[in-house]
Amino acid sequence: MSDSSIISLQNVNKWFGDFHVLQDVNLEVKKKERIVVCGPSGSGKSTMIRCINRLEEHQEGKIVVDGIELTGNLKNIDSVRKEVGMVFQQFNLFPHLSVKENITLAPIWVKKMPKAEAEELAMKQLEIVKIPEQANKFPGQLSGGQQQRVAIARSLAMNPNIMLFDEPTSALDPEMIKEVLDVMVDLAEGGMTMIVVTHEMGFAKTVANRMVFMDEGRIVEEAPPDKFFNNPESDRTKLFLSQILNH
Amino acid sequence: MSSENFQQSRTPPIATTGLLGWIRLNLFSSWFNSILTILVIYLLYQILVPFLNWSIFAADFTHNYLGQQIIDRTFCTRVMDPEIGGACWAIIFVRFYQFIYGFYPVEEVWRVNIVYSLLVIAVAPLLIEKFPLRKYFLYFTLIFPIIAYFLLAGGFGLAHVSTKDWGGLLVTLVLGFTGIALAFPLGIVLALGRRSNLPVISMVCTLFIEFIRGVPLITLLFFGMVMLPLFLPEGITLDGLVRCLIAVTLFQGAYMAEVIRGGLQAIPQGQYEAAQSVGLSYWQMNRKIILPQAIRITIPSIVNTSIGLFKDTTLVLIVGQLDLLGIGRAVLAAQTWMGLSIEVYVFVAVVFIIFTFSMSRYSLYLEKKLKTGINMGAD
Repeated sequence: MSDSSIISLQNVNKWFGDFHVLQDVNLEVKKKERIVVCGPSGSGKSTMIRCINRLEEHQEGKIVVDGIELTGNLKNIDSVRKEVGMVFQQFNLFPHLSVKENITLAPIWVKKMPKAEAEELAMKQLEIVKIPEQANKFPGQLSGGQQQRVAIARSLAMNPNIMLFDEPTSALDPEMIKEVLDVMVDLAEGGMTMIVVTHEMGFAKTVANRMVFMDEGRIVEEAPPDKFFNNPESDRTKLFLSQILNH
Repeated sequence: MSSENFQQSRTPPIATTGLLGWIRLNLFSSWFNSILTILVIYLLYQILVPFLNWSIFAADFTHNYLGQQIIDRTFCTRVMDPEIGGACWAIIFVRFYQFIYGFYPVEEVWRVNIVYSLLVIAVAPLLIEKFPLRKYFLYFTLIFPIIAYFLLAGGFGLAHVSTKDWGGLLVTLVLGFTGIALAFPLGIVLALGRRSNLPVISMVCTLFIEFIRGVPLITLLFFGMVMLPLFLPEGITLDGLVRCLIAVTLFQGAYMAEVIRGGLQAIPQGQYEAAQSVGLSYWQMNRKIILPQAIRITIPSIVNTSIGLFKDTTLVLIVGQLDLLGIGRAVLAAQTWMGLSIEVYVFVAVVFIIFTFSMSRYSLYLEKKLKTGINMGAD
C-alpha cells in the first residue's frame, strides 16, 4: 500500500456460496482520483465497491479505507461508513420521509447536528444537485432522475471523503441520465474521490483518471481512459468495448 | 341536408345517478339481481321487525306495562305476561353500576370515572395526528398507565381497592388496553429478535413466539393462575388480575411479533443498505427507517389482532375474573334476575361491538390517510 492511497484492496477474495465472485482483487485509489469500473454483468464490480463500505463482507485479503482496516470490528465499520458515501442503482430513498428529511436524517442522528443546521445543510446540498424546490416533496412524487439526485445529496450531507456509485444511471430513462451525470461531473471537478460502476462510457472518458475493467471476479485491465479506449491490451477488454460501443 | 338526417327522438337514457339510479344500478340490474333483492328484503323484514319489536317497541326500560318501576325479574312484563312482553332492559339499568365498575366501592368510584376520562385524553392524541399540542399530550399518554394504576388501586393517600373488587367494563378495558399497549413494544422486540443475525437471540425469540402461538389463550391463563406462582420467590404473591395481564400480554405479544415480522419482510433490502451506508446504527436504522414503514403497512393486521385480543379478554371469566361478560353471568346467577340472559348477552355484545367497530373504522381511516398522504412508490 502506497502512502497516498485512500482506498487499498489487497488480494481480496469473496464467495457467494460456491461462486467465487471476487478473485485476488488488488486496487489502489489515490485521494481525488476518479475510477470508473466497467465489465459485463456478474463480473463482481458491484460486489467490489460494496465491500469498500462493508455492505458485503470480504472473506480473504485486506481492505483499508482512509487508514482504517475493514474487519469484523463494528467501530471500524462505522468510521468507514462515515467517510464513504454511496449511491445505489435503485436510489433507495426513504419513501416515508420528505426529501429534506431524507437528507437531514443522518446528520441529525449520526453527527448529532442541530435540526436547524441540518436543514440548512440539506438545502445547500439540494442546491448543489439543482433541485432545491423539491425539498418538501416525498420521493414517490419525484422523477427517477430527481430521486437519484436527492440520493446523491443525501450522501453528500454526511460530508464523505469518498463517493461510491453503483450503476447510478442504469435504472433511469435516457432523458434523465444526463441530469444525474452532470451532478457527478460537478462533483468530480470539486475534487471528490470517486469510484463509479457504470456503462456510461462518455462519462468515463470525460471524468475518469483511470478505467478498471473486471470480468469473472478479476480485474482484467487497468489503464487511463485514453489508452483503455484506444489501445486496450487484453482481448477480453477489446471484445467488451466493441460490444458496448458499437450499438 | 335532408330531414332524414335529423336525429330521431329517443327515450332518455336510464337514470344512473340519484337514489333511483343507484337502486336500479345496484339492486335491480338484472332479473336475478331483482329476485335476490326482494328475497333479502323479505328476510330482513322477517328478522328485523320482530327484533325491533322485542328490543324497543314492546320492551320495558325502567317501568313495566303497568307503570310500576322494575326492581327485579317479577316486575318484567315478559315474566308477568310472555304474550305481550319484550326485552326487559331494566336488568341493565338496575345493574348498570356492576356492568361498568364491578364491585368497586361506591364512595371511591369517582377515581374510576377520572381514569375513564383520562383514558380518552390519553388515547385521543395518539389517534388524531392534528391534535393540538399533540407532542405534550403524548407525554401524558406515556405516564397515563402509572396515574391510572394509582388511581384505581390506591396509594398516595387514596384508599386501597383490591382488584377482586374491580369488574365489568373496567376489567375488560384494563385487560384490553394494557394488553395491547404492552404487547406492541414486546411484539416489536420479538420480531426484530427473530430476524436478528445473532443465532442465540433469534432462536430464543422464535421459540418463545412459536410456544406462545401454539398454545390457546385459555391455557396460558390457567398457566398464569396455577404455574406462575411456582416460579416466584416464596412470600411473593401475584394479584389474579396481574396474572391474567401477563398471560394476555405474552399471548398478544407473540401474535403482534408475527404481524410486525411480516411487515419487516416486506421492506426492500435497499432500505437497510441505504440506512447503513449513511452511517445509521442498527437501532437508529430500525427506529427511523425500517419500523415506521413496516408498521405502516401492517396497520390493518395490527388492528385485526388487537380486536381479536379485546374480545378474547372475556376468557378471563374462566379463571374467575369478572370482566364485562363475567359480571353479566354473575348478574344472571342471582335469583332476582334469573332467566333474562338474552338481554344481558345482547347488551354485552353491543358494548363489545361499539369498541371493536370503532377500532376497525379507525384502521380504515388510517389506511386511507396513509395511502393518499404519501405515495410510497419509490421502490
